Amino acid sequence: MIKSVSVAALPVAENLIIQKNRIENNAGPACKRVCVVTGTHGDELEGQYVCARLAKILNKEKQNLSGIVDIYPALNPLGIDSVTRGFPMFDLDMNRIFPGSPTGLVAEIAANDIIRDIEGADMCIDIHSSNIFLREIPQVRVSEQTAAELLPYAVMLNVDLVWIHASATVLESTLAHSLNTRGVKTLVVEMGVGMRITENYCKQLVDGILNMLHELGMWNGHIEQVRKPLVSKDYRIDFLNSDAHGIFIPSTAHGSHVNAGDRIGKVIDPLLGTLVEETLAPCSGLLFTLREYPVVFGGSLLARIMGDSKNG
Amino acid sequence: MDKNIIYSIKSLYRESMDIVGYTFGFGEHSCCVVGALRGNEIQQMAICAQLIDTLKRIEENGGIVPGKSIMIIPCANNYSMNIGKRFWPMDNTDINRMFPGYEQGETTQRIAAGLFKSIKDYVYGIQLASFYREGEFLPHVKVMDTNCRSRETYESLTDFGLPYGLIRTPQPYDTATLNYNWQVWGCHAYSLFSNYTDHIGRQSTQTAVNAVLRFLVIKGIIKWALHRGMHTRVVIESLIKNVQTSRAGILKKHVAVGDEVAEGDLLCEIIHPLEGNTIGRIESPVDGTVFFSYNKQLVMEHTDVFNIIPFSYA
Repeated sequence: MIKSVSVAALPVAENLIIQKNRIENNAGPACKRVCVVTGTHGDELEGQYVCARLAKILNKEKQNLSGIVDIYPALNPLGIDSVTRGFPMFDLDMNRIFPGSPTGLVAEIAANDIIRDIEGADMCIDIHSSNIFLREIPQVRVSEQTAAELLPYAVMLNVDLVWIHASATVLESTLAHSLNTRGVKTLVVEMGVGMRITENYCKQLVDGILNMLHELGMWNGHIEQVRKPLVSKDYRIDFLNSDAHGIFIPSTAHGSHVNAGDRIGKVIDPLLGTLVEETLAPCSGLLFTLREYPVVFGGSLLARIMGDSKNG
Repeated sequence: MDKNIIYSIKSLYRESMDIVGYTFGFGEHSCCVVGALRGNEIQQMAICAQLIDTLKRIEENGGIVPGKSIMIIPCANNYSMNIGKRFWPMDNTDINRMFPGYEQGETTQRIAAGLFKSIKDYVYGIQLASFYREGEFLPHVKVMDTNCRSRETYESLTDFGLPYGLIRTPQPYDTATLNYNWQVWGCHAYSLFSNYTDHIGRQSTQTAVNAVLRFLVIKGIIKWALHRGMHTRVVIESLIKNVQTSRAGILKKHVAVGDEVAEGDLLCEIIHPLEGNTIGRIESPVDGTVFFSYNKQLVMEHTDVFNIIPFSYA
């Protein structure tokens, strides 16, 4: 059943409508509810295919579902429609204004409507796709604050990596933080790259979501064997930023294992035809982030490697 | 006056972007003024430019107090300014959401780190700020109500001689701004808002320049003849009344920034964008002064079209 979560009038003959698809079966008062949300950033599209595939499977085999799955494919519909990362006509990142306000501006009211709609759910999966610059392997990101509670659920999602990151005050205004502080266990998934859909990753995550539903006692249909992710607390993570400006040409496949000293890529100057910078792996490990967009400034992130061990 | 490049970044096909600091006087790092961090902060850059021009004359006349120094940074983002973008050209990130910065981080983190390294140790910091909402403000100065804010920071709000001084409770997204981090580093930090952002108002530019000069005079950093400015009313930002639209359409305003209004006065109408009839009327909820006015012709539902500072908080 399609429901409107938030509605606001736009200036000329149109409403902004944030919708969800509620798929339910045997949904008694004590049943469990899982929310799958995506599209906070309008240039992140991987979640579109996840939502579509999940809805198709659940609708087709509704008899195997016990409880409620709410699918929110577009928290920022104007952004998705206009290839805009942010909320059009609003200067702040939508994922920096949660929990919003019932009396604020349109984006803040929408954020508040979304929070109130999800509140009370047992679990929320918030799907992101990096941005247009970086490609990521499927991973769950959780803060140090929430790691102990969320790690057992993160490993259900069939991702390759669980990254436990330091808490930062500025992240207190994300959807995930707002929901976690309200008792909704929320996992942030990052995978793929902005403005594209990586079908294999989407299928991998859908298998993980079905596995999670199964583990929560909500799904009796077929499930695939899920992979065991690496967990960042057991390994070192290296960031490789460019110190030069130019065009980045990768020379190693994303998601592959690299050895210390391997060339990850190079930065070249097309005007002069010269090599500006070589990017070498500082340690052996998994190349889990790789730059997708070729133009780089000093500081542009080129790659991230999770080392084979804590100390390299 | 000394002119120094305090941070520089190169691009593939553009000339390097040099952030230039103009220093007057020698000795204690007394006051730093930062202008445009965003590409559309044209008025903010112009205020700094006029400030530099005036400080040159003050310095020539021996008006910089010995042992004190002032640095002005008019623009820290000409790459965006030159192509008409508000945020960073490559990734649309906001330098004013990257402080204190990170020298090994992403590009705008590096710019913020490079800038902050040069300005963090000043006694007073003044950022010529712009707001994320589009519109016109009454000139005012603002401080963040952080744990680091000292009594002096609060009391000095009145030293600018602007009509309003605001105290803001920071939100999580404020914690990566220049103002917030200046305070964390022990600087008395102020954000000075003039009327406009991407438009240079001659009078409002002069008002902002005078406000900074007045502050420098009162703090004993310069000696210069200047009137004392206006009486400053200090206001808790959360007590300002936001007036929102309940309908969407064409905005037809009946009042302007600075107008005094009584409760029930008509502030604006909302006109049907296709049929021309009035579909909404918004009246003032309080007796007060119009502090902010939205300046777009089309409005969504729930748009803040006016902020009104009540005459009293009863």
